[in-house]
Amino acid sequence: MENARDNSGIKWRYDWVMVIDLEKCEGCGLCEEACIAAHNPLPGQKWMKVYAFETPTGDISPLPRPCMQCQKAPCVSICPVGANYYNQDGIVLIDKDRCIGCRMCMAACPYGARYFNWRAPLPKKGESHGLENIHPVGVVEKCMFCYPALEKGDLPPCAKACPMKAIYLGDRNQDIVTNGEETLKLSKLLSERDSFRLFEELGTEPKVYYLTGERSRGCLEWRKASRFLPPSYPLSP
Amino acid sequence: MYRREVAEDILRPLRVTTWRYYVLIAFLLLGVLFGAYAYYIQITSGLIVTGLRDNIFWGLYITNFVFFIGISHAGTLISAVLRLARAEWRKPVTRMAEYITVMALFVGGLQPLIDLGRIDRILNILFYGRIQSPIVWDFISITTYLVGSMTYLYLPLIPDLAICRDLLGDVSGFKRWIYEKLSMNWRWGDGQRAVLGKAIAIMTVLIVPIMITVHTVVSWIFAMTFRAGWRSTIFGIYFVVGALLSGLATVITFMAIVRKAYRFEKYIRYEHFKYFGYLLLAVDLFYIYLMINEYQVSGYLWSRHEAAVLSSLYGGKYAIYFWATVFMLVAPIFIIAIPRTRTINGILVASIIVNISMWLKRYVIIVPTLANPPMPSSFIMIYTPSWIEAAITIGSFCGFGLLIAIFSKLFPLISIWEVSESEE
Repeated sequence: MENARDNSGIKWRYDWVMVIDLEKCEGCGLCEEACIAAHNPLPGQKWMKVYAFETPTGDISPLPRPCMQCQKAPCVSICPVGANYYNQDGIVLIDKDRCIGCRMCMAACPYGARYFNWRAPLPKKGESHGLENIHPVGVVEKCMFCYPALEKGDLPPCAKACPMKAIYLGDRNQDIVTNGEETLKLSKLLSERDSFRLFEELGTEPKVYYLTGERSRGCLEWRKASRFLPPSYPLSP
Repeated sequence: MYRREVAEDILRPLRVTTWRYYVLIAFLLLGVLFGAYAYYIQITSGLIVTGLRDNIFWGLYITNFVFFIGISHAGTLISAVLRLARAEWRKPVTRMAEYITVMALFVGGLQPLIDLGRIDRILNILFYGRIQSPIVWDFISITTYLVGSMTYLYLPLIPDLAICRDLLGDVSGFKRWIYEKLSMNWRWGDGQRAVLGKAIAIMTVLIVPIMITVHTVVSWIFAMTFRAGWRSTIFGIYFVVGALLSGLATVITFMAIVRKAYRFEKYIRYEHFKYFGYLLLAVDLFYIYLMINEYQVSGYLWSRHEAAVLSSLYGGKYAIYFWATVFMLVAPIFIIAIPRTRTINGILVASIIVNISMWLKRYVIIVPTLANPPMPSSFIMIYTPSWIEAAITIGSFCGFGLLIAIFSKLFPLISIWEVSESEE
């Protein structure tokens, strides 16, 4: 597998990726809850969010959506002040002290992964995972794969909370991913199973892979037809 | 030189002020204060007080932004393009168009700042600005256009300021000081005239491409995203023509008000309304043509994502706004085309209808696309502007009127020297 590179051609230290096995996902929403408990965003905002799609075959498939940490992130290129940036491991981060709150990145993100702090900071609660758990008013925030946890060899709260162990995280440079129970070779996993990335045709190079199988076949069908987006049916209200 | 009776006529509003003017100023000031109060609340509590949320995150402010920046294209179209075409009849109305340009730019440029989450960090655009971002393109082109159009307003104003300096001995000391300083020792010398003529000619040529870039990059804020209804190559010209349309309509409206209020019937004649009416008709038809292009192509393909936006326009939640827009774009064609309704009042009504339609059109471009994002969401996709947004919108329109009203008492509304020249 080709090593991931950022736009300036420097090899990243790690190349964090997420793999979500839709065959295992039941759409229970525990990843959402764990994420909210850890990060404490404004009510209704879900950095990790479970979508539900009606597939062309008529099935309803859950589809958890973190930030895709795109390798060619539209939010990074469109930011007027360089508040969006890739860190040394290719994670797309937001400089909350620089963001001017124009919300151009929210328009640019095709995944709807970005949220705006519409009001003043919330009371601090939840485990911080080594991140400053503060939300300044008037800036944009989003999922960041809880990268300090990854660096310590830990999994993010969403992956830990998943009762089906459907969420894997790993390093594409070392070609491994783990869900906490099993550790797999990423390239083998992706070649053996049917996999896709969301809106691949846009060329954003997202770093979240979805695995499909017999049960979630419809999702793959949907992906094949993804230029034509189906209507959505939210699982969790 | 200039003709004395023309100068006296045109300078009358600068000498005499009626009680109606003070009532108008008080009314507009009240509107501005109302908006300022709403903005104070927004600053202290965050954008939570607006109706905007994570899906529909741009609303009235961005609609106003596109609308006012659009209006600002009027001055350049009328003044520069007609100057280049050497249309003599333009002379009594160019000044008003140039005023509208500058004032609309001030008010329009304010809108994205009002929309900003962190106005306290606005200077980051200077410190950390990245040329890759459409926001920075906007920042550059709007500030360039503002400087350019202020220069373009000022240059033909210099001889008139000298006339004010020479004739208005009875006004306040502050005004006399302004005329004295700004007229830059204008003495009607041949050398001065030659330099001024050259300067105006250079600005006339420069300002046209600047104007075109402005609304093009405004449209690129939308077009350079992966969103159905925005991602379209027609957006640049679509926005520029829309801007010319609403700008022209605003100038016609302003002309009618000034003509009535200051009794300038002698200078602003029916022929001006007629010619502008024809121009409005032509630009309106061009805009409708572009609109058909835009909706016909995506409407024929009816890809699922585009279909979500289009069906909300054609028969869904936004149908009433969309069809109202279409109706209000088509109706003025008949008002202007039919000789019986092609009166000053008829053309004024057509202009007002066009402007309402153009404001709604911007709303219909912005909100339905945001309501149908690429990833459908379980959030409630309804955007209802809050009273804060409404108040700031009212305040913006009042502020626009206030700026023009104040300027109409400071500087002549009609170019005295140019009108004198053409009457000689």
